[in-house]
Amino acid sequence: MLSIKNLRAEINGKEILKGINLNVKAGEVHAIMGPNGSGKSTLSAVLAGREEYNVTAGDVLFNEKNLLELAPEDRAREGIFLAFQYPIEIPGVSNINFLRTALNEIRHYHGLPDIEAKDFLALVKEKQKLVELDSKLANRSVNEGFSGGEKKRNEIFQMAMLEPKLSILDETDSGLDIDALRIVASGVNKLKTKNNATIVITHYQRLLDYIVPDFVHILYNGQIVKSGGKELALEMEEKGYDEIKKQAV
Amino acid sequence: MITDKLTVTHQFLEELAQHAGKAHFMPSDEIGQALQCLETQGIPNSKNESYKYCNIEAILRKNFKTISGKEQVVSFSEIKKQYAVQEAYNLFIVNGHICTDELEVSSAIKASPIQEISKEISAAHLAQYAKSNTDPMIALNAAYADRGFFLRISQTLDKPLIIHHINSLEGNLFFNTRNLFVIEKNTEAQITEFYYSSNENSFRNTVTEIFVDTQAHIQHVIAQNTGAHNYLFANTQVHQEKQSTYTNHTYTFSGALVRNNLKLDLNGEYTESHLYGLFITQQQQLVDNHTEVNHLKPNGQSNELYKGVVAEKSTAVFNGRIFVERHAQKTNAYQSSKNILLSNDAVVNAKPELEIYANDVKCSHGTSTGKVDENALFYLKARGIGEENARKLLLHAFAYEILEKLPTPFTKEKISTWVDEVLR
Ligand SMILES: Nc1ncnc2c1ncn2[C@@H]1O[C@H](COP(=O)(O)OP(=O)(O)O)[C@@H](O)[C@H]1O
Ligand SMILES: [Mg+2]
Repeated sequence: MLSIKNLRAEINGKEILKGINLNVKAGEVHAIMGPNGSGKSTLSAVLAGREEYNVTAGDVLFNEKNLLELAPEDRAREGIFLAFQYPIEIPGVSNINFLRTALNEIRHYHGLPDIEAKDFLALVKEKQKLVELDSKLANRSVNEGFSGGEKKRNEIFQMAMLEPKLSILDETDSGLDIDALRIVASGVNKLKTKNNATIVITHYQRLLDYIVPDFVHILYNGQIVKSGGKELALEMEEKGYDEIKKQAV
Repeated sequence: MITDKLTVTHQFLEELAQHAGKAHFMPSDEIGQALQCLETQGIPNSKNESYKYCNIEAILRKNFKTISGKEQVVSFSEIKKQYAVQEAYNLFIVNGHICTDELEVSSAIKASPIQEISKEISAAHLAQYAKSNTDPMIALNAAYADRGFFLRISQTLDKPLIIHHINSLEGNLFFNTRNLFVIEKNTEAQITEFYYSSNENSFRNTVTEIFVDTQAHIQHVIAQNTGAHNYLFANTQVHQEKQSTYTNHTYTFSGALVRNNLKLDLNGEYTESHLYGLFITQQQQLVDNHTEVNHLKPNGQSNELYKGVVAEKSTAVFNGRIFVERHAQKTNAYQSSKNILLSNDAVVNAKPELEIYANDVKCSHGTSTGKVDENALFYLKARGIGEENARKLLLHAFAYEILEKLPTPFTKEKISTWVDEVLR
């Protein structure tokens, strides 16, 4: 589904990603771990198409398409979904209107007509339940005045509504208490099928107790320095990142 | 140079005098004084500080050198059919003239042509709040206004009042409209004025004086969508008595030139004022908002928020003045203006002016001008929303902060559709 080869990217002349290689197949869950500042958010932003980053080398194929050539909205329409580490507040744009617009634009891209009003409302209801999002929040402005946990849950709600092929969750666990974490994780697990894939970016092992990864990658200083199965996450939790840092020096 | 300017003024006044009689309903000395003010100041041009971006003289010289327009007869029943709003009291103003089959709109609302007001009302209110010596355009109006209406609200209204301004002209016409609103004690009212578009090349110089008596609470919406060929000069001069509330909502969508002079005198203790403005400009439009809030007595509160979306080659001005008199202690005055520029050729001039002579005052002001928020734009795109719709959503959101302040459901709906149309 996703194949990243030797991806290098910089911002303001500073190289952040220094040759990333990663393959993700349908049905898989990948975890990317690593200390702060190692480039995890940069990788997710580059995949989502943030223009500020300058890709200097490498290829990214997404379902046989050259992802790097696509505008951000077309990447989303092709099925990439980024759950933001810091979701943006947009006062004055209602969550519902925002989602309806997004869903319809994705449908148009695939040659489908607008979703029927009643089908849309039914979908909203169903997906709200999935992430236990208060229905009042759905009618409010996008993320405005939401608590940290509500914002993260709203990201997963959007993911549920848009049914992406590849979801990238950037530190969706940070700032969540254990109950919220469980709700978010169970939402993600329920959305999992054999046709979609998930990349879970996290700083801590904790989330991986709930969303069990097939593969774990350690990102450090712009490179994947180690990959393994889910036991790698536990190992990191015990030993910390110090050893990785030492080896890299 | 000065003689040059006065020559232009004289020529224009001669032309105007042929088309408009003098404003005989004004208090007796006023016309003479107004003409005197015009004589010394002339028609404003860009050399006047407050008309720096708004050269009236040049516009008149270019487009109204001769006044050759005519008013067309319109059918009252047609107008009613087209504009009347069911859940409101309706007042129709055609080319500045009141147009109705019954002047007693309700027991609480009285409306009449300005020419028919009593000597007492004229002496008590006219030219009291809009002073000829403060602005040549007010002087011009005081001397030559030949139309307008008087509105008196004597009880709390059970329905909103909607005033429909319709233009039905041919050729190019310059005219002065003089309106007076008297809002009596202890009343509450929602008043909306819609200025509809028309295709004619006209210049309306409107002065509306508003007297808000003790403990009256007024919401006043002015929504201007006059079309690409119209010039509108709207002077709204408000006098508030104690414990009154006056809330103004000014919306400007189209018009070759729209100049809004909004002045509030908070002339009693514990008065409250709100000023909300939204302008969305494009093509080569010029929208010039000058607001002035004068805190003249203690314990007054004013709160002002103006927002603009400025596109293409248009120019917008926001000049917000707050004045606090020496005795006006415990005044709270807030002002903020925010603008979004949509093109490199669009220009915003935003300037707060504070003049504070009292020492126990809370006062703040802020202005910002920028582009659409890139982070928000990316967030929307990352959900599959294309550039165009993403921008539109964000601009609507920007406008919404002002729209949500609108009190009257019908007004809110109508103005929202105007916002949709112009942001399309
Ligand atoms: N706009 C920017 N300009 C310069 N450096 C940046 C910018 N954004 C991020 N960085 C740097 O890129 C590195 C990686 O950041 P990030 O991808 O956010 O890491 P992580 O998500 O792993 O904590 C950090 O050193 C950070 O300081
Ligand atoms: Mg990060």
